Formats: sequence, C-alpha cells, structure tokens
Amino acid sequence: MNKLILNDCHKKTIKDICDSFGNKPGELINVLHKTQEHFGYLPEEVQNEVAVNLNMPLAKVYGVVSFYTFFTMTPKGKYPISICMGTACFVRGAEKIVEAVEKELNIKVGGVTEDGKFSVDCLRCIGACGLAPVMMIGGKVHGRLEPGMIKGILDSYE
Amino acid sequence: MYKMQLLVCGGTGCRASASAQIVENLNASLKAHGLEEDAQVVTTGCFGFCEKGPIVKVIPDNTFYTQVKPEDAEEIIAEHVLKGRKVTRLLYENPKTQEHVADSKHMGFYQKQIRIALRNCGFINPENIDEYIARDGYSALAQVLADLTPQQAIDMVKQSGLRGRGGAGFPTGLKWEIASKNSADQKYVVCNADEGDPGAFMDRSILEGDPNSIIEAMAICGYCIGASKGLVYIRAEYPLAIKRLQIAIEQARECGLLGENILGSKFSFDMELRYGAGAFVCGEETALIHSMEGSRGEPTFKPPFPAQSGYLGKPTNVNNVETYANIPVIFLKGPEWFSSIGTEKSKGTKVFALAGKINNVGLIEVPMGITLREIIYEIGGGIKGGKKFKAVQTGGPSGGCLTQKHLDTPIDFDSLVAAGSMMGSGGMIVMDEDDCMVGIAKFYLEFIVEESCGKCTPCRVGNKRMLELLEKICNGKGNMGDLEQLRNLALVIKDTALCGLGQTSPNPVLSTLDNFYDEYLAHVQDKVCPAGQCRALRHYFINPDVCTGCTLCARNCPVQAITGEKRQPHTINQEICIHCGVCYQKCKFNAITVQ
Amino acid sequence: METIKLTIDNKAVEVPKGTTVLKAAKQAGIHIPTLCYMNMEHLGIENKPGGCRVCVCEVQGRKTLVPACVTECTEGMDVKTHSLRVLNSRRTVVELLLSDHPKDCLTCLKSGRCELQALANMMGIREIHCEATAAMSTYRKDASPALIRDMDKCVMCRSCETVCNDVQTVGALSAVNRGFMAVVAPAFEQELTDSPCTFCGQCVAVCPTGALTEVDHTPKVIRALADPAKTVVVQTAPAVRAALGEEFGYPAGTSVTGKMAAALRALGFDKVFDTDFAADLTIMEEGTELLDRISRHLQGDKSVRLPILTSCCPAWVNFFECNYPDMLDVPSTARSPQQMFGSVAKTYLAKKMGIKREDMVVVSIMPCLAKKYECQREEFSVDGNPDVDYALSTRELAQLIKMANIDFRSLPDEDFDHPMGESTGAGVIFGVTGGVIEAATRTAYEVFTGKKLEKVDFTELRGLEGIRTATVDFNGTPIHIGIAHTLGNARKLLDGIKKGMYNFHAIEIMACPGGCIGGAGQPLHRGNSSFIKARMEAIYKEDAGKPIRKSHENPEIIALYEDFLGKPLSEKSHHLLHTHYFGHPKK
Repeated sequence: MNKLILNDCHKKTIKDICDSFGNKPGELINVLHKTQEHFGYLPEEVQNEVAVNLNMPLAKVYGVVSFYTFFTMTPKGKYPISICMGTACFVRGAEKIVEAVEKELNIKVGGVTEDGKFSVDCLRCIGACGLAPVMMIGGKVHGRLEPGMIKGILDSYE
Repeated sequence: MYKMQLLVCGGTGCRASASAQIVENLNASLKAHGLEEDAQVVTTGCFGFCEKGPIVKVIPDNTFYTQVKPEDAEEIIAEHVLKGRKVTRLLYENPKTQEHVADSKHMGFYQKQIRIALRNCGFINPENIDEYIARDGYSALAQVLADLTPQQAIDMVKQSGLRGRGGAGFPTGLKWEIASKNSADQKYVVCNADEGDPGAFMDRSILEGDPNSIIEAMAICGYCIGASKGLVYIRAEYPLAIKRLQIAIEQARECGLLGENILGSKFSFDMELRYGAGAFVCGEETALIHSMEGSRGEPTFKPPFPAQSGYLGKPTNVNNVETYANIPVIFLKGPEWFSSIGTEKSKGTKVFALAGKINNVGLIEVPMGITLREIIYEIGGGIKGGKKFKAVQTGGPSGGCLTQKHLDTPIDFDSLVAAGSMMGSGGMIVMDEDDCMVGIAKFYLEFIVEESCGKCTPCRVGNKRMLELLEKICNGKGNMGDLEQLRNLALVIKDTALCGLGQTSPNPVLSTLDNFYDEYLAHVQDKVCPAGQCRALRHYFINPDVCTGCTLCARNCPVQAITGEKRQPHTINQEICIHCGVCYQKCKFNAITVQ
Repeated sequence: METIKLTIDNKAVEVPKGTTVLKAAKQAGIHIPTLCYMNMEHLGIENKPGGCRVCVCEVQGRKTLVPACVTECTEGMDVKTHSLRVLNSRRTVVELLLSDHPKDCLTCLKSGRCELQALANMMGIREIHCEATAAMSTYRKDASPALIRDMDKCVMCRSCETVCNDVQTVGALSAVNRGFMAVVAPAFEQELTDSPCTFCGQCVAVCPTGALTEVDHTPKVIRALADPAKTVVVQTAPAVRAALGEEFGYPAGTSVTGKMAAALRALGFDKVFDTDFAADLTIMEEGTELLDRISRHLQGDKSVRLPILTSCCPAWVNFFECNYPDMLDVPSTARSPQQMFGSVAKTYLAKKMGIKREDMVVVSIMPCLAKKYECQREEFSVDGNPDVDYALSTRELAQLIKMANIDFRSLPDEDFDHPMGESTGAGVIFGVTGGVIEAATRTAYEVFTGKKLEKVDFTELRGLEGIRTATVDFNGTPIHIGIAHTLGNARKLLDGIKKGMYNFHAIEIMACPGGCIGGAGQPLHRGNSSFIKARMEAIYKEDAGKPIRKSHENPEIIALYEDFLGKPLSEKSHHLLHTHYFGHPKK
C-alpha cells in the first residue's frame, strides 16, 4: 500500500472539495472523483480525510472506493495504458494485445512499471469498435492493433 | 452564409484516427487559398460509418469522403472546394461493383437506415446550440409547453408506442404516467448514460453528436411528470461526451431553455451531471439511483419502482439516452408517424453498434422489424475476409446469440427474447467460423463475474461457478455432468437473482448451449475446439514431409517438448507440450500443423 | 385497515396491506426458510437486503421466483413456498453458499448453532456440485482482543453491517469490494483494533454463521483451574443468571442464580463471588460522584460538568473515547463493576486470604464481549498483572459446564461465597437498561434527602424504549434523568445534549439492546426481542425478591469501606476504583 503523508495543503484541498459539495455524504462519489482528479489516486489517508470532512464512517468511504473500478488506491504510471476489452475488440484479438503489452513491459494488468512510466489496465468498451482492437495511452487511442505493433508504439513514448 | 460546409466526424473513433488534425489542415488550406469566407469546417458527431473513418462530408453536394488522412486536406480544398472536382480516390468504393459512390444515400451502409435518434449526428456542430435549433431543435419543447397539458403530452408518448431502449423495453409513456401520478414535493428526471455493455457505444455517440436532443427530451419529461430537476448519470470514462453535454447545458441556460419559467411558461427545469465510476451494474435503475446518492451501486428489490420511490426517495423517471433522443421527434412528426415505423409491438427504430467480424463496422439505426440478413449483408457489407457467418451476439452480457436460422427473423424486442437473446442496449457483435462459442460464453461470464455487485448469492457465487465450469471445459477437462450442471446453474440464476442484470447474466451460456451444443460436446467429449481458439485444446504436429530439421522450433520451445536430429524431421512430445504455439509461429516452412 | 387476501400453499390468508409474503406465511403457520433476513422488532430495524435468495417462492404469473422477505402481498396472489421449482432453486442457492464456505463444521465455534448448517441439513444437501473446481473467497483472519472475524465464512447477509451502522452507528463495518470478493469489513480490510469498533459484539450476536465469533478464553481458564498454585476466583455479572438457563433448555427468563453458583463450584473455582457486589460498590462511588456534582452545581459551581454519564459499559466507554474525545471529563470516573471487583479482589481479598496477587486468578462471567477487551486495558493492571485475568461469556460458561459433564438441571441451588458475594436488588438490576440509574437513584435519594425511600421501584425508568427520560423528585429538587440503550440512541442523546436540547443531571447508557441482558456474550438473540423481554422480567423479579434492595445497605459493602476503603471517593477509592479516559479520534 502506498502511504502518503498529508500536509496542510493537501488537507485544505480535500476540505475545499468537500465544502464545494456541501459536505454531504450523498455527494461522496462526486467528491471522490474530484479528489482522485487532484491526487491521481485515493490512498488511505485521503479517504480518511474525506470521511472526516463528510462526517461519515471511513469504512463506508472505502466500501464505495472498492466498489467502483474507476477509483484506484495505487498511483498510475506516467502513461496509463487502457486496453479495451469490449466484445468487438475481444473477437478481434484483444487478448493477444494484452499478452503483448504484458510481455513488453514485464508487468501484469493492474501493474505499474518499476520506473513508473507505464501502468496497464483493461477497460470496458471505449466506443471505438471500428478500430478494434484498440488501446488508449493517456488520452490517445491506438487502433487496429496487432501484437507486433506494440513494441513500436510503446517505444514512441518518452 | 457559407457556400460550402465541410463536416468532419469528431466521434471517438475518427478522433483516434487524427480527425482533429484533419480539421486543422482543412482550415489551414482554406486560409492558404483565401477561401475562409466561402467554406466552413465543422466538427460534428459520429456519422456511424466508423469502419471507413475518418469521414469528411461536403455539403451541399453531399460528397462523402472516407478514410481521409490529414495530408488529404489540401487536395480536398484545392480540388473540391476551389475547382468543384470531387477527389475520386477518397470516395467510397462499392465492394461488389468497385464503383465509386459519392453520396452516402447510395451506399449500402446507409440505404436501409432510418435515422431518428441519430438524426442530427454528423449534421450539426454539437457544441453550438444554434445549429440544433436550426434543425427544429427545442420546438417540440415549445410546442408541449404552449399547447399541451402534461397528460396530453404523456398520451402522445404512449400513442407513439415508444419502448425503453436500454434493455427490457418497458413502454416509455406508461413509465412517465406512473411517475406523474405519484405526487410529491420534488420529482426527478434521470438520464441513464452509464453505457456499460462491452461493445455498444450508441449513447456515447448521441451525447457527443447531439447533446441538446437529450436536454430537450428531459425537459419535456420533466414537464410531463412534474419534475423540475434533471440528472444525467454519465460514465466518467466519456470525457468528450461530458464536455459536450456541459457546453449544451450552459448554452441552453443562456437561451432560457433551461432554468426558471422556460420560454415564458410556468415550467422551470434545470439539470446537472452525475458521474458513474465504472460499475456495469449501475445500468440497472435502482443501482444507478444508489450510485447517484453516493453509495455502492447495489440494486434493490422492485417494487418500489423508481417511479414510486427513486432518487432521495422521490418519484423518479429513468430512461436511457437513446430513448430520450426519440422524444422530440415524436412531438414534431406526431405519434402516428412514429408508430408507422417498426413492428406491431416495437415501434420506431433501434440504434445498433455493429462490430466484430463484419466489413462495415459502425453505428446504424434501423427500423424495428428489419432482418439480420439485411443488417449483416446489406448494411454491414458481409463477413470480413469472406469467412463463414456463425452468429450475432446481441444484448451484450444480458443477451444471447442469433444464428443462421435467425437470419430472416424480423428483429424487435419480442422476437429477440423469443430467440433467447434480448435487445439490450444495442451491441451487435458478428462472429465468424473462427470464433469459439464456448469461449464467447466464457468471455461474457468473465465480464459478469468482474461486474457482479456481490449482493445476491446466485450472481455472486453462481456466475463464478459457471465461469469455473466453462474454464474447465475450455481446458479440455470437462465432462457431461458439467454441461448438465452448467444448465442447471444458469436456469437457477435466471430464476433467483436479485436484479435484471443478474437474471439475464446466464443468457450467453444458455443461448450458446441451445444453439451450439455440438461445440460444447466437441470440447467435452472429443477434447477439441472446432474454432481452434481454446489454447489447451490446440494440438501441434510436425509434418515430417515438410520439416527440414532446421531446429528453430526445438530451440524456441519453452518446455523442450520438441526433439529431433539436425536436418531430420522433428517431433513434438504431446505429453510435455503446453500448447503455447511458439513453434507454430517460428517455423519458416509451415511444417507445423494445428489440430 | 385495508387488507389483502391471498393464498399461500393453497391456504387462504388475509393480511394487512403492506405485509410481506414471509410474514403472511408465518401468520398462516407456513415456515419459509431465511438466512439474511433479520427482524429486530423492538429496535424497529429490519435487515432485509433480499440478497441470500434462500426464501424465494413461486408466485403465479411472475416470470421469476420472488424473495418472500421483501415481496409485498398483492390481492389474489397465489404463492407456492415449496414447489419443485422452488426446492430446486433453494437447494442450488444453499449449495452455492456452501461451495464458498469452509467445511470445518466439526470444529467451528458455531457448530450446532449455525444457520447455514441448519439450512444445509434442512435441504438435505449431501453433495456440493462443482466443488472440485470451486475457488473460495478468502480473507485475512482478524483476531481482536474480543472478537474474531473469519470472513471466509461470511454469507453476505449484511446483518453485522446493519447492526454496526444502523443500530450502533459505530460505522466500523461496511460492505467492501464487489462480486465474488465482496465482504463486510472495516476500511481497507484492516483489523478491528484499527477501526472505530467498540467491541460491543452485537455483530457477533446477529451473525448467522461462524464468520463473527468471540475470543475463546476457556482454555486459559481451564489451565488456571488445573494449576494448584493458583487461587481462582470467579465473579458473575447480573445479566448472566437471567440467560444461562437458556443454554440448558430452560425457557428464556428463568433465573438460575443458585445452580450457576453450584456449577461454578463444581468446576473447581476456589471462590464463587458475585459481580452484583461490585455493582453495589459502583453505586457507592458513582452515586457519590453524582451527588457531589449535583450539590456543587446547585451551589452555583460553574466548573461542574453535567450531566454525569455512567461508565459501566465498556463498549460505551470505547464509543465516547472514539467519537466524543472532547467530552472525556463528562462521564463518571468510576470503573465498571467487573474492574472494581478485580481491583478489590487482588488487594483487599488477597490480603484477607493471605495470598500473593500473582497467585490469584480472577475470572469473570459476563454477558458481554467488550469485557474481554476491558480487562486487557493497560490501566487495569499492576506491573503487568491484570486485575481481571479472563472474561468468559455466558455462552463460554455453558460450554465449560457441558465440557465438565455437569448435569446443570439437577444441580442444587447454592449461595455465593463471602465477603464478595453479598448483593442487593440494586446490584441485580444493573443487568437491564435503566437499572444502573435506578440503583443510583435509590441510594442518591436517601443520601441527598436524608429520608427513607418509601417506594424502591422507579418504574418510570424502566422499559425498552430506546431513549427514555424521567424526572425524579429529590424532596423538592427535580433531578432529570436520561436513559439510552444501543449506541445509536446514545449518539442521538449526546448530540442532543451538545445542541442544548436536553438538560439532564444524569444519563445511563448501555451499548446493547435491552442493556446487558441483550449483551453479545449471552445466548445468541439474532434480533429476537422476546428473549430480551423475558430476561428483563427475570431480573426485576430477582430484585423484588431480595431482602435488601439498596446498595448502601449491603453489609459487605459497609464492611469493605470500614475495613479497607474508608469512604466513597477516598484516596484509596480513587486509586483502586476510578479511572481516566483516553481520546482516540475517529478513523
């Protein structure tokens, strides 16, 4: 687990986010979205601070964070890779793309490379079925992939 | 006014193929030729024909350029805009006749389509409300507010026969009526834009291409049921759709189409966005509501229905994006017009995301009652690579497979259910002879196991057990008892799971068991995967007549399963082989065969 | 009232509108098995996630089976609770639960009391299909000083989550993760000790399986009993006698004080004493503290913090330490009866018996699981030697008695040993909600007014209402009293005080429903309120039958002060019988 020591500035950021949603427990998911946007992930300390501000049990906050795949407790790589596992991509060989990326980076899905450059996740359909199979690196979509193209694409990221 | 407009697809697929760069280059060329006053470049929503993207359409002559690259921009401007000569090489080529087709109306892909929900996608700039208004936007709302009582408006929706496009097809007008009859100090209109079906992207395209139609429809719904507040529950993974919707809401407010006393009436309505966070189950309306309330998206038993007790315990009407997109047209063209399209019990059109092993991947909108054959062979242009058609999966993880025998069945809500599938949100994945149907069932179950909320036993444990059985079968370890157990589990889950998603989760298994039982038998009895997809059931052999004894395969085999003398044919020890296929890939002489 | 007519298994039933199929069936005498459903009627809380799907029934005209626990009856409904379709589904569902459940039933603490086991028996399940390939959802074991979580055995009934959040408002537990790995756990699946858990143990009391259990102190007690060098002294809490009989087939509400004393002696305890004695002692200290604060308050001393809060309940102490760190000077500083007993036993009694502190083992029999934690708190030990060595639950005592092959029902009634076995009716009623404050009132009234109390029973302080308020006339001075049981009600009361809604002099708070009689160490109630009511009646009956009913009249208490302590709130009392609190803000 990645520990993060929150300084006053971090705490103020979280407090401001919670304030902007009226500190209502019903706004938890909105608060978590904003918080993750700011910190990049939701470590324990951040969740605790959210729980304190919204005056709700930390267990409930974690219950929500651990329910939704969009929320993560581990920081992503500099270039987060998301491989589409929608059906269209699946029938056009997305599994082989996953294998190729895993092999090239020597990490499994859900992992981050040691240098923090790449992280790999799978996601549901991103709506680019015409280009299947596709993956996203950061905000850029790479389509019509073949396993042989992976190395070249990854090498193009500095 | 410009003499000419160049519409460039700004949908996610085309953007991935550098459509933004095309826009930039087109603008630069216009400037270079001094044509800025004559022609305008507009980024629109999805045209639907994603296979041939990026797409640039020139109006008024309706020239449809396909697979445009940024470097083609100059030629389009110099030739077409300046000299009025079409760039033939960028035109669509009819695969049968090899003729170039300039107007999309004459393309097989578009010929059978009727665009109601997608009426504005690809025609307007979604970030400019004026363009929506210019195409009769918000006149349905104006008409409803000025001339109709809420009940009259509801009656029109009822008469149209519109059914919810998100899944089970509940009559929309009836849903509104129930919500309108439950009195409360506050009610809510919710748009379900948490599209989660792996292989469906119609909601995304509508939100990206025509966000105002959703706002208008939600306001009409608010007027009908007596709600002043609208909420769009949208996937956080759809940044472009979120941005365009936000812009549209802002512009609608500025125009007085949202807010207090809309268009001078007594009706006030405003909306805001709520973000999904990656949970398929939140497509189920009770789960969606819990998620909007900041909780875990776990479904609860119905009744109470959201129309009785929904968001914050108040009456709430939940429809999906495509359902709302139909609403303004119903008022503009009349319910009779709408109900003249489609079949007896399923009116209007349905948007499908056509994908998989098909030539024309894309977003299509077809009248209810169209046959699969028309979709696949006329709109879809047939199976990719001339392979043999095997099945179409509709309804995603909640649906099932349609096969050869369903090719001429008219498609509507009821016929799909009768065929063991369902409409679902509209994913339509075409499969060919290379697809293993047991593997497809396994794919969907993997998805369901990952997305199950875990609240009820049948879905939490039952689907996991089904997946394990399928893995066993795909690994060649299955027996006939497993098939029997698989069917029993599927039927019990269907009968006992808590929510609609759980109850439909066994459909991919049941439907493949029904339609492709022989493939299951091959896996179980003969330990063979007919499509050659299940790795554990793939057996590699070296053809001694072809093998040159180059030793490349033996050197690359990770488990030393291949032996043989140099320059002599090698053999694979089947006991040791782990079916990885490395030898097959490495062999330069095609000496290795797969069985 | 509008009623609904329906048929269940061909029986005609008429029920009020809004009734569920489950309740209608019960009314018709038809049993539909359930697992996740729990009705805590007296608390007004129903746990019905509708998740286990064991109670599914067939309703004619409905496409799928429906869960009886959440399906409302409709006019003309035709329900089949045991059709073949239902039985196959129910059986498959139970089988699925078993496929993800450890099979160590033989050694499971809940064996014989496990509802999943009972269901498997009822459905006649002798084989679990697809077991060979079945992966199990497994989680880290968590052993706190009081509770053990073995979530491999969790069936996701969510009862613990409901109790922890809705009843107790502790918020230590929540459903976490999703799908196959979904489970109820503290934040980050941490250990309970790192969570705001108060160890009230109500989660254990409602858990249908062996997922939540108590830390078993019996082996250590057996070892101590077998050690000839140790003098093992036992104390029994007031509520234990009202419930222990249930473990031996007596109906709820049977008081078994005499047999319990006999059984403890037969087990080999050297001295069998009564926590009720320490309860009387608590009244002397806490009551004096109360009077002291009230008198100073009436004299205009602004520094006095009122209301005074009782501090007998260790879960409550944990709760306010965690949730109200700014109010640590409000509760009484008096230790709980268990700890007062231990402290006096290892000083006064040890000296009297001529044995060294280290050679004495103090065991307590408690209706409570938090007591296991309380006796391990550092401040309640001297040089590492705890005042109370082990705290057994009522259930564990029953286990010991069965283990020792003692025929409980044929035991004679025996008396407690002395000098720490004498108690008054005031000590006995500590076991029910409102009892501590009633006992304190009996003594405080006489000390404050100098008059003899005519009527000892303060019925206005009794009952099962979650929050009760009463005003007692102290000879012209009205004393306002508040009572809350369950921590959720405690929170309401405290938040009300913080907002200035109430103006109390004294408040009694007990963490468990009904007070200690509904404690988590008692025979499991799983939300059934009828047990609690019966136990409450037994306690009041015991009180009414006592010759002495006011703590300050207990001759052994009087002797203790004369021989050893001096007077209430003396320096020695402070040292031995009082404590201080530690704030640990909420996580």
